[in-house]
Amino acid sequence: MWEYTDKVKDHFINPRNVGEIENPDGVAEVGSIACGDALKLTFKLDENKRIVDAKFKTFGCASAIASASALTEIIKGMTLEEATKVTNKDIANYLGGLPEEKMHCSVLGQQALEQAIGNYKGAPQKEPGEQIVCECFGITDHEIERAITENHLTTVQEVTNYTKAGGGCGNCHEKIQAIIDRIYSGAIPEAKIEKKPRLSNLQKIRLIEETIEKEIRPSLKHDGGDIDLIDIVGNRVIVATRGTCATCHAAQLTLKGFVEYKLRELVSPELVVEEESP
Amino acid sequence: MKTIYLDNNATTQVASEVLDAMVPYFHDLYGNPSSMHSFGGQVAKTIREAREKVAHLIGADPDEIIFTSCGTESDNTAILSALAVNPDKRHIVTSRVEHPAVKALCEHLREKGYALTELAVDSEGRLDMEQYENSLTGDTAVVSLMWANNETGVIFPVEEAARLARDRGIVFHTDAVQAVGKIPINMQNNSISMLSLSGHKLHAPKGVGVLYLRKGTRYSPFLIGGHQEKGRRGGTENTASIIALGKACELAGRNMETENTKVKYLRDKLEAALLKRIPNSRVNGDRVNRLPNTTNISFEFVEGEGILLLMDGFGICASSGSACTSGSLQPSHVLRAMGVPFTMAHGSVRFSLSIYNTEDEIDFVIEKLPSIIERLRSLSPYWKPEPSICATM
Repeated sequence: MWEYTDKVKDHFINPRNVGEIENPDGVAEVGSIACGDALKLTFKLDENKRIVDAKFKTFGCASAIASASALTEIIKGMTLEEATKVTNKDIANYLGGLPEEKMHCSVLGQQALEQAIGNYKGAPQKEPGEQIVCECFGITDHEIERAITENHLTTVQEVTNYTKAGGGCGNCHEKIQAIIDRIYSGAIPEAKIEKKPRLSNLQKIRLIEETIEKEIRPSLKHDGGDIDLIDIVGNRVIVATRGTCATCHAAQLTLKGFVEYKLRELVSPELVVEEESP
Repeated sequence: MKTIYLDNNATTQVASEVLDAMVPYFHDLYGNPSSMHSFGGQVAKTIREAREKVAHLIGADPDEIIFTSCGTESDNTAILSALAVNPDKRHIVTSRVEHPAVKALCEHLREKGYALTELAVDSEGRLDMEQYENSLTGDTAVVSLMWANNETGVIFPVEEAARLARDRGIVFHTDAVQAVGKIPINMQNNSISMLSLSGHKLHAPKGVGVLYLRKGTRYSPFLIGGHQEKGRRGGTENTASIIALGKACELAGRNMETENTKVKYLRDKLEAALLKRIPNSRVNGDRVNRLPNTTNISFEFVEGEGILLLMDGFGICASSGSACTSGSLQPSHVLRAMGVPFTMAHGSVRFSLSIYNTEDEIDFVIEKLPSIIERLRSLSPYWKPEPSICATM
């Protein structure tokens, strides 16, 4: 049984601001029923761009309901600028804390707020260049990076507690660890890659082969899959999928999200991975 | 507030007769049954009687009963023993819906290099016997299939499965932790090699279990130590609990009919009333081949933890297969193996009754649950109530 604070229990049993605002100024839907957590947030602004009303609907456990209820209470009366600064920690603190394993409920609240504000401003819902890291729960590298830096997370388990990433099949644990390592090594990936000297074509081919052999193939084989390098044309890396990869509907995600990610990270940021056309 | 305990597949109340039977063995009759003096020797005699009572409940010979510390120990002992005595065979057959005591062990063994077949189940939680038969090979060392599922109560045809295994000379183990005491079991009528049972699922205390080992089955002990249990399980006997388990098995035999009439009636009443009063609800698992005390019901568009907490407010105890309550982030492996849709799996609640439940308790749950579900649905972004056809609902 989870140990919830009285405040969590109160906001679960007597949730504030349940519902949907008609003709809202900002609206967001985050999470999904498959993941077990989903939140719909709507808010209304007054003429001074202050949030006069906020309402929510939640599918999820007690702490998800309480987090959403707390979020609406926190942001009511705030200007948009103030609301932009609300973090998941503010939600958790408002509730007197959440169990570690339930911190993802507060992160869901923050994501909904961010998206609803973005929706008001007319911003696109997903940032360009985001890569899915956790396929089970559809969590991107940007979401993981943000949770790590804002909450000073240092282990894969903590990342799972805060974002759910890695809480399903567990195949992405290495990738999450790599993100943690990267953040604490002080180097952002782009900067690291830019420092790399320009490679000759031959060097590039060797490096690609080596990266596939050492960094990529072992992870794929772990799942019964494999890839073969077919050709390299300029910056296009053409591969063929083998084993379970060949029949897996998520293989495209693996090629882009993992193979290409690794090759860009370790060889050259300009590389594009393509599957051999049958 | 009164506790309404409908979580008997998790654990049960120690029966008062059982408690009375075990208490003297803590403070008064604390002797070691292995001792030479009569003070200890008298305990050995009571343990012998307990062994006979356990054997009687499942139609076994007392010599075939090995006392262990729990169901998990029995399951681990059985599977590891079968592998130890068949060192040249490297294949294990089990199902996708086993209890972690079997499932996690088998997955661990797969990492150690064993080949593992995890049989699928259909949407009702049933095995495909043809697929099972085809999975048995010359390399198969052991089959481990549960008799009844802890989450849904679905009963597997283990006796038929055991026959097919025996015909091929394969050791057959069943985790019968949920079945023993709830449905009649007679080991004389089947060819199951090993069976696990657990005390605390049938009104004995936690910390005692049994491994049934059919005579003539080659065996390798898990705990190696003293000569207890004829060298098949080292360690000083948990005397009070073993005696308690004997008493509990005696009661279970006596209550078997009540279990399959009164308990079944209460379970059916609860199930029918909830399905009728709560729209978008359904039963998970085969409703025919099922334990008489268990029902697993999904309430669409709500999450199980909220249901449990609101029921808890009324003193009602049950379980859920939702992600939030499982300690992991995914809903129960049993419901996923059955392909229960996510909209349903997260909102699943298991009610498991015992002979100590009353009709008033069931009526109370029937009265309270519809408003609990309605309240959580009013918070859910997915719930779009349809106009009710029936005016009385």
